[in-house]
Order: sequence, then structure tokens, then C-alpha cells
Amino acid sequence: MTIKRPDKRKIDELRPIEAKAGVIKRADGSGWFKIGNTVAYAAVYGPKATHLRFLKSPDKGNLRCHYNMMPFSGAGDRVRPGGSRRSKEISKVMEDALSPVLNLDNFPNSIVEVYVELSQTDAGTRCAGICAASIALADAGIPMKDLVCAVAVGSIKGEVVIDLSKEEEDIGDAVDIPIAVIPSTGKITLLQMDGILKREDLKKALELGKAASSKIYEVQKKALKDKFKGGESK
Amino acid sequence: MNDFKKHIKQGLDKDIRLDGRKPMDYREVSLQNDTSKNAEGSATVKIGNTEVIVGVKFELGKPYPDKPDEGTIMVGAEFLPMANPEFEPGPPTIDAIEVARVTDRGIRESKAMDFKKLCISAGEKCWIISIDICTINDEGNLFDASALAAIAAIKNAKFPSLKEDGSPDYKKLSSKKLELKFTPVSVTVYKIGDKFIVDPTIEEQKVYDSRLTVATMEDGRLCAMQKGGEMPLTIEEIDKMVEIATEKGKMLRKFLG
Repeated sequence: MTIKRPDKRKIDELRPIEAKAGVIKRADGSGWFKIGNTVAYAAVYGPKATHLRFLKSPDKGNLRCHYNMMPFSGAGDRVRPGGSRRSKEISKVMEDALSPVLNLDNFPNSIVEVYVELSQTDAGTRCAGICAASIALADAGIPMKDLVCAVAVGSIKGEVVIDLSKEEEDIGDAVDIPIAVIPSTGKITLLQMDGILKREDLKKALELGKAASSKIYEVQKKALKDKFKGGESK
Repeated sequence: MNDFKKHIKQGLDKDIRLDGRKPMDYREVSLQNDTSKNAEGSATVKIGNTEVIVGVKFELGKPYPDKPDEGTIMVGAEFLPMANPEFEPGPPTIDAIEVARVTDRGIRESKAMDFKKLCISAGEKCWIISIDICTINDEGNLFDASALAAIAAIKNAKFPSLKEDGSPDYKKLSSKKLELKFTPVSVTVYKIGDKFIVDPTIEEQKVYDSRLTVATMEDGRLCAMQKGGEMPLTIEEIDKMVEIATEKGKMLRKFLG
């Protein structure tokens, strides 16, 4: 039944996780999230005024995410600097993944900018980015209902697994399903899928992801508590 | 003159800076090697709260027609908007281009690297080495932090091995390193009023009159310079700034081991 994963993890075992808050002093809030060999930084600036009309709403503030891989972060060739179609799409789904927990009603006509930078990648970059961004938003003091926890689930060789590494993603029939979960409600705010999967396996994968999100949640909360320990603010 | 500049100058008249440092003091410097696992070489430098990461990637390309037996290096700087609220997403600004080019010249003009050794077959195939500077937090002095991180990343970089089809195998690095005959180190000396300072903060960078970046080698020779700022310098001032840069360069070079 159980398959052998290249790094000998169990099917529901996450790679080692580390997180920190307040790593970028210039930013209004920041987070750092490492899962396996994937490392994401996130910095939050705002809420602040914007002169761009299409970003403004008169009834509430808007979130804007920018996802970027550093040129040397990939396993293969150098990543050309400047946005790609891929990075634009990821930025968009990150906004949708994070917006549901934010309450920007008191910041009309303003925007909150989140910059996510990957310094090292080994699959699961958008999920690591969302985890880091969520820490950064909380660190910035943005009103939030909860944090957001993200992880990739999927299947390799027909078996449902969690947190695929690049090596696993590259296996022929691997299915990759990045998801984000609001831990307090169990609701899903990011869902994408690449690959072929049975309906019952999807359900199983989502349950696996939901269960793992509580582990990620603990690490994120600890990062925030560690920063503010002893009443120290910054 | 704005009040803020006046304030900084009044402090400098008493040899004291806004953050309590003396004019010739650097903030705490730290250097960590191999900070990005997928790069063939990498390093992170912190100067105070300023933090820069540099990664080195090797790619195969064609030599330039005028130098068919040489490979080359390419230095790029990304002033990531996460590092400073004044940085915007988009193509590199003139400030980022200047940091990249000044860092590039410090390495290139020292002749520390033998570009002929980057050639695989003349006129056909050579290594092109990309050295990318990414800012993580900018609280001043990106010039010196970038140059130091770049040289550290180059020093620890290893060539990828080649697959049977001749393409690079990034998963298997060879033990071959980029040989450096010298280690050029850049120091930027700023002039505010008639005083000199090193390692400026953001505030000091906003009010300076002129600056001079000097790259020096371990034998004391100079290998690249760049003057910036609107005010002119006398020959005596330049000589003094070079002296400071040489002295501080020795201090920074120690971090390279």
C-alpha cells in the first residue's frame, strides 16, 4: 500500500518547517518561511494610498501580491529577472488565497502590498509564499480573522501524498494540488491542480492537507509570538 | 540647506552620527556563505540591518565575436521592492544599474578572474557567469554590501559538471572552483559638508554631497572607482578618500576568510 518516497517521508509527513517574523526591518511587517529546501521571504507595506485608479475601491482597502523568484533560486537555469506569465498568475491566486481572512473595511481607497521573494526553491513555492505572507500581514498589524496555511498535496505513482518535493513533482504521473486553508474554519482559499486524479483521491488529498495545516499553523503562530515576546514591538 | 542636513552636519562637526557612530565606524558586518542551495555559489552579507543576498549561476553560451577564446561575467542587481518602501517593482532603476556596474567593474578590472578559463571551445562555447544581487533589507550602503557578497559568492562557486550531451548538470557540481588571483573589495566613502563618513544610513545617503567607491586589492593597488553626487572633489580629497577606502577594505576583506 504505502509507497517509498525519495526522502523516506511518510505519505502525510511534511518536510521540516521553520518560520520567523520581522526579518525585514524596513517593512511594516515581514515573514520568513522555510519548508524543506524552499525558502520564502514576505514583506508587507501598507495600508497606504495609491494613485492607481484600478486598484482603488471606495468601500474597502485592496490587497496586492507580487510573487518573484530570485534569479539564482531555481534548480535549473537562471531565472530571468522581471515578471513572467507564471509569476503574475501566482500573484493573483495568492491575493485570492489571503484576502478572505483580511478585514480592510476601514482602509478605503488604500492598498496593502505584499512582496514575496523566493531565495531558494524546491517545489511548493506559492504555498511557502502564502505562509510567509500570512505571517507578514499579521506582523504588520493588518486586521485579520485568522492566518492562512498553505501546502501542496497530490499524488505520486497513484498514491496520495503531502508536500511534494521537486524530485517527486518530476515523477512522470505526479499530480500537484497546491491548497491554502483557513485553520479556524477548515475552508479552502487556494486550489489549483495539475495532473490526472480520481475524485475520491482528491477528497483524500484535501483532507490530508487540512490535517497538516494545523502543524503549519503552530509554526506560524510561534514565529509571531517569538517576535513579540516580552512585549517587545520591533 | 534643509534642516535635516544641518542636523547631520552639526553632529559630524562633533564627530558623532545620528546613530551614535563615529564617522569612520562601520555597523556590525557579517557574512554567511552558501545561503541559496540551488545557486552554484552564494553568500549573504549584513551590514547593520542592511541585508543582501548574491547568487552565482553558470550558463553555457557563445563567446563574444571580439573575444572568441573567453567566457564572461554578468552582474545584475535587483532592488527588490520588499527591501525598501521606495523601491518599485519593474525594470532595474538607474541606482540598481549603477550598483551592478560598479560591482562588475570591481571584479572585472582587477583581472582577478581569467576569462580564458571560462572558454570551452573557441568561438563556439563558453561559460557565462551570472552574478545576481538581490536586496532583502535596505538601510543604507548597498554598494559595499553588494560588492562584498558578490566576491564571497564567486569565491565559493563551483562549476556544474557536464552531461553527456554537453549541457550543464546543475545537480552535480564539480569540485572545480572559479579561480581568483585577487580579492577586490569595494568601500564607498561619502562626503557631507567637509567631513568624510563610511557605511552611510538611508538618512545620510539622502543628504551627502559626493561619494567615491574605491575597489582595492590586497596588495593595496586600486582596480575600479566611481564618483557620485553633485559636488566636485579636490585631488587632496580624492587622495584622502582612497586612503580611507584602502584601510576599510582591509577590514572588510577579513570577512572573506
